Amino acid sequence: MIEVKNLTFTYTGSNKPAIKNINFSIDKGEFVVITGPSGCGKTTLVRCFNSLIPSFYRGEISGKIDVLNLDASKSNTSTLAKKVGFVFQNPENQLFSLSVERDVAFGPENLGLKRDETRQRVDWAMNIAGIENLRETAPYELSGGQQQRAAIACVLAMKPEIIVLDEPTSFLDPLSSYQILEAIAELRDTVGITIILIEHRLDLVSKYADRIMIMDDGRIVLEGPPSNVYSEETKLLGVGIPKVSMLFNLLKKDGYDLGETPVTIEEASQKIRKCFQND
Amino acid sequence: MTTPVHRMDPRPKFLIALTIFIMSLLSMNILVLLTLFLVQIPIIYVAKSFHRWFNSIKAGAVLASLIFVMNFITGSTLVFSLTMTLRFLVLISAFSLFFMTTSPDDLGLALEKMGLPYMLSFTFTTAVRLVPTVALEAQTIIDAQRSRGLELDKGGIVNRIRKYIPILIPLIVSAIRRSTELAEALESRAFGVTQKREPLTVLKMKQSDYLVAATVFLTLLIGIYIQITISLPNFDNNVTMPPIWQFWD
Amino acid sequence: MIEVKGLHFSYDRKEVLTNVNLKIHDGEFIAVMGENGAGKTTLVKHFNGLLKSNKGEVLVDGKSTKDSTVASLSRNVGLVFQNPDHQLFSETVFQEVSFSMRNFGYSEEIINKRVNFILETLDLSSYADTSPFMLSGGERKRVALASVLVSDPKHIILDEPTIGQDFHQKDKLRNFIVQMNSQGRTVIIVTHDIEFVVDCKPRVVLLSKGSVLADGSYDSLFSNTDLIDKASLMSPQISLLMASLGDLNFDPKIMDLYQAKTILEGKLKNCL
Repeated sequence: MIEVKNLTFTYTGSNKPAIKNINFSIDKGEFVVITGPSGCGKTTLVRCFNSLIPSFYRGEISGKIDVLNLDASKSNTSTLAKKVGFVFQNPENQLFSLSVERDVAFGPENLGLKRDETRQRVDWAMNIAGIENLRETAPYELSGGQQQRAAIACVLAMKPEIIVLDEPTSFLDPLSSYQILEAIAELRDTVGITIILIEHRLDLVSKYADRIMIMDDGRIVLEGPPSNVYSEETKLLGVGIPKVSMLFNLLKKDGYDLGETPVTIEEASQKIRKCFQND
Repeated sequence: MTTPVHRMDPRPKFLIALTIFIMSLLSMNILVLLTLFLVQIPIIYVAKSFHRWFNSIKAGAVLASLIFVMNFITGSTLVFSLTMTLRFLVLISAFSLFFMTTSPDDLGLALEKMGLPYMLSFTFTTAVRLVPTVALEAQTIIDAQRSRGLELDKGGIVNRIRKYIPILIPLIVSAIRRSTELAEALESRAFGVTQKREPLTVLKMKQSDYLVAATVFLTLLIGIYIQITISLPNFDNNVTMPPIWQFWD
Repeated sequence: MIEVKGLHFSYDRKEVLTNVNLKIHDGEFIAVMGENGAGKTTLVKHFNGLLKSNKGEVLVDGKSTKDSTVASLSRNVGLVFQNPDHQLFSETVFQEVSFSMRNFGYSEEIINKRVNFILETLDLSSYADTSPFMLSGGERKRVALASVLVSDPKHIILDEPTIGQDFHQKDKLRNFIVQMNSQGRTVIIVTHDIEFVVDCKPRVVLLSKGSVLADGSYDSLFSNTDLIDKASLMSPQISLLMASLGDLNFDPKIMDLYQAKTILEGKLKNCL
């Protein structure tokens, strides 16, 4: 789906590349989480997936980035909009109509679709995103969590194969964060869409992620399934791994090895329990 | 807000405002103008917008008084001056009634239907749509700066103006940031790809809309006819300013 | 001391705060928590007089806020807003940070001393002559913090200080806040970042739909799943882990990582 080879990008006016020699590939249906300390380049990287870089943000780009057989480094965002949907951090600044329905219809309308087709897509997208009942509501009257759902519906209505989400839970309270991440994971199961998520709240996404990519200073420094990636070194990178993983790492350091590092509370609980049962 | 007035298609609503506008310009009779003013009041009540309408009248009161004074001082009769003032208030009232009961989205759709290019109507509706957001942000910025000791109500006129810099700069920076984020989101949803858009919701004139439009148009025709043919009694009492106050002549 | 007595506050004919009663003693560390829209920010805006209500009273150091201006209250009650971009407007970081001191009428000498001190403390000295708009998000947040702390207010309120911060930044922030508190200042954080707050071991005031749902120590509130649900929060991970092992005599009131480690090491000694 996405293949990246030696991708490097420097913003105009900057003397240092924001991302350097990035190499990886993402397959269809994967749930990939990208994380890392502030300034590591994750925001820059994902904006290459739908050509916001380099068409919206100017700079020098080199290397290869193929998104669904299109060279994203030479394309523009409007072309990729049909294939790659993008949900941004601030829910308020993505919605601009006076009713959710009209906002969701915006994308399909832009594609020049016929009214019937647009209507179908709008209904379907709002259903999947769980906001059928908010059709006539004005976006500014919605809660943060509802707004992000609406933003997701707006993107789904374009029927993309990949959806990129840039820290969608930043402005949400814990419960809404939990719910929206669950909804995103469900998308993968029901619609088969590939998910690329930038997220700091690793404690919430670990159970859904196939792979975690950790970036630092413009490079990918660590990559793999969550359990492989949550080691002691990761904490030093400035990444907040789940506290239960930290706990097991600490125990291991003191000589109490309970096996593979758990990434969820359930896993951790099970491992501890097993220990007692073996006793 | 869903009142029958809000739900009306914007085009007949605009026709109402336009008709009132034309009739108020055609007539110099204070009774006619008073009627034009009063006839809006039941509409305002149906639209449940009395408070907002009253606020816009209050806002126009300053200018209205100025019109009255300017007319009276320069020798016009009391009734004439009142007529001019009333005409102004009728205008404010009619158009504010239109804007209060028409959503920017509907307005944009109406403009599009009348041939305005999509990009322009989009710019217009988004701008209108962002006004409350920016106003709210301005309040937050004012709060934040007051919390650092900024006192906007103290000092001479020059100082007071300067004190608005800590409000304006963050406001502008925020506005730029917001526009950039919005632009990113729009691009990501293929904004501007096709010129031929089929909007999901279409403005359709219902029977009631046609009825209103027809009635209003008829009223306009009758009004013009009456104005041209019949001369209504003149209620002017010829009261003018006492000579001592006249600076002219 | 900050006292809230029977406070009701309405906005747009909607009641946002209902009968809030609160006593915050000098030097306390308080976390005001609750779902978005619970009234947290509205409440703390009463502490420096930005909001004043007709129903109920708010007393800061014995004086009612109704009798004081925001400017005078701000000398003792510093409120750091969530979004630094709502504050930044100066040409240099130094000027930005000295803004409040100028408004309060301090002499140039004192301003220089204090601004340099706070820039040093918050690792911003190298940026003193830089434009605040050139800094990264995290750095701008520190500048906003510096510009409120520079006048050394007795009570400090931080509105959602962790939004947009990464792990390291949050760590540093927490250490800094704890240090300020240990120096005798009252610290009030408005947040829903429970993992951040749990390591500060604060007194917690839970708001929900405008009323005080609960007011007590963090460990008794955070382990109460009923309350957590009502306030739309999520219990800290360690507490949830402990709760899932409740039948094995683990206490959900344990929320600290290192405490949990010690307890586990004690209990696991036998089976490894």
